[in-house]
Amino acid sequence: MKRPRGAASGSAGSDGLAGSAGPAEHVGLSERSGSSEPSGSPGRTSEAVRPSFVPSLLRRPLASASVRHALLRWTVLALAVAVWQLAARAHGSVYFPPPAEIARHVRDLWFSGPVRHVFLTEAAVADVLPSLGRMAAGFALAAVAGIALGVAVGRSRRAYALCNPVLQFARAVPPPALVPLFVVIFDFGTPMQIASIVFSAVWPVLINTAEGARDTDPLRLEVAAVLHLTPAERLRFLILPSALPRIFAGLRLSLSLSLILMVFSELLPGTANGIGFTLTDAQSRSDLLTVWAALVLLGALGYLLNTGLLTVEKRLVGRGRTTTV
Amino acid sequence: MLRLDTVGQHYGDHQVLHDLTLTVPDGQLLCVVGPSGCGKSTLLRTVAGLLPAYDGTITLDGTPVRGVPDNLAVVFQDYARSLYPWLTVRENVALPLRRRGLPRAERRAEADRILARVGLTDTARRHPWQLSGGMQQRVAIARALVCRPSLLLMDEPFGSLDAQTREDLEDLLLEVHRTDGATIVFVTHDIDESVYLGDRVVVLSPGPGSKVVLDLPVELPGTRDQITTRGLAEFVALRSEVGRAVRNR
Repeated sequence: MKRPRGAASGSAGSDGLAGSAGPAEHVGLSERSGSSEPSGSPGRTSEAVRPSFVPSLLRRPLASASVRHALLRWTVLALAVAVWQLAARAHGSVYFPPPAEIARHVRDLWFSGPVRHVFLTEAAVADVLPSLGRMAAGFALAAVAGIALGVAVGRSRRAYALCNPVLQFARAVPPPALVPLFVVIFDFGTPMQIASIVFSAVWPVLINTAEGARDTDPLRLEVAAVLHLTPAERLRFLILPSALPRIFAGLRLSLSLSLILMVFSELLPGTANGIGFTLTDAQSRSDLLTVWAALVLLGALGYLLNTGLLTVEKRLVGRGRTTTV
Repeated sequence: MLRLDTVGQHYGDHQVLHDLTLTVPDGQLLCVVGPSGCGKSTLLRTVAGLLPAYDGTITLDGTPVRGVPDNLAVVFQDYARSLYPWLTVRENVALPLRRRGLPRAERRAEADRILARVGLTDTARRHPWQLSGGMQQRVAIARALVCRPSLLLMDEPFGSLDAQTREDLEDLLLEVHRTDGATIVFVTHDIDESVYLGDRVVVLSPGPGSKVVLDLPVELPGTRDQITTRGLAEFVALRSEVGRAVRNR
């Protein structure tokens, strides 16, 4: 896995190097830290090792290894698609069209529009965008509410003790089972769909944030007390950053739940647009090619959204290299 | 002036400190020595106001200690945990300045000035975990000094450093003490270190219910040197006296 920044990988590499790097490093060392710093103490000499001291050669094999890894990953996918293509062609079943045909259909349906619409067709604007909009709204609300409530629950021992059973129960309810309830409360339509997404996706963020906030290092809390940090500063500089890895673990779960609930809530009668609606609509017309196209689109969306979230996470969490406390 | 009068502290039924009375005049560097588990750290945390429920009275400049006093700083032994790893070195050091209401640029300048003083000029934009243990503890010291505390509490700050780094930091501390004149309470289990650093050494008995068993002024030359001071006959005599008190012989 690649590290987010050159500096991080540089210094990680240099830790190992420090003992053996020889005289050049020690010259740099005493220049930097003033005469009071020893150039000895070999066990700990990473005082002032600059990333530039690491020969760039050392990083190369890593890079090529990750390229190889990526190639390998895509090779397996390509092979699977190829096998599928051959099997589907050989069999000739209408239920299992070959992937090339599905891909063409995906393009014709959604991505053959004019340039000024970023190649999106009217069908894409009418079905894919509303789905994404509902999902984004649901996920965002779930994330904000989950993080806010999670911190509140996690930072209070009493609130945690009181809420934990409720949370475990709420988490245990299979999310799609909530949808009929929201249908009754909101009737069919966007509010019902967003509510379904929020009430399913909020639990993983909430529970993980609460755990993360609860596990804030007690020594760091003492430091915050000694520095007289205000509650807001404590939240901003200590509790949220230290809970961040857990928060993202929750967000990843919530994101996939959001996608599931988005589709599921659109499968119900009474919806007029969305990817889920496209699915049921095509199914009722026995248009299996469109059914397959929708499945491929959903898979691709899920992959892209997850990759996006991972990128954000690497940038934010990598910076603090969540220390093993 | 820091004054402890018949101070007791306990965790549940476990009495850690008992009837402890101690006065630290302004500007003194007091070393507190004792076997591990004697309640040194508890004493420090109590003085810092981190354990507000104690028996007896603690006053700092005449004001009773209830919660963390205003002009106090603490350096903990575990620098890796005490620094905030997601902040840069400069952000860590500038953090205590926020409550002074200084504008951002001034906070940064002040942090850089203190960093230079502890011998860390080019590290401001790096993260603590990119530095060695000795440098990290320098960052923690800079963070403690940046608000010019009148009382500095140090809890075995050099305990997990190698010998040479520790000596350098001891000399840094002596230099800081000479120029700033803050009152320092320095907790350690290292007898040599206590005699080398202290204006005065206090030895606590093993717990539970630790008491002061030795209160010794250290009459060594003001400017100390790792090689010559440790070779002085007075140094050796003081060290033996403290050692005997610690071992209860």
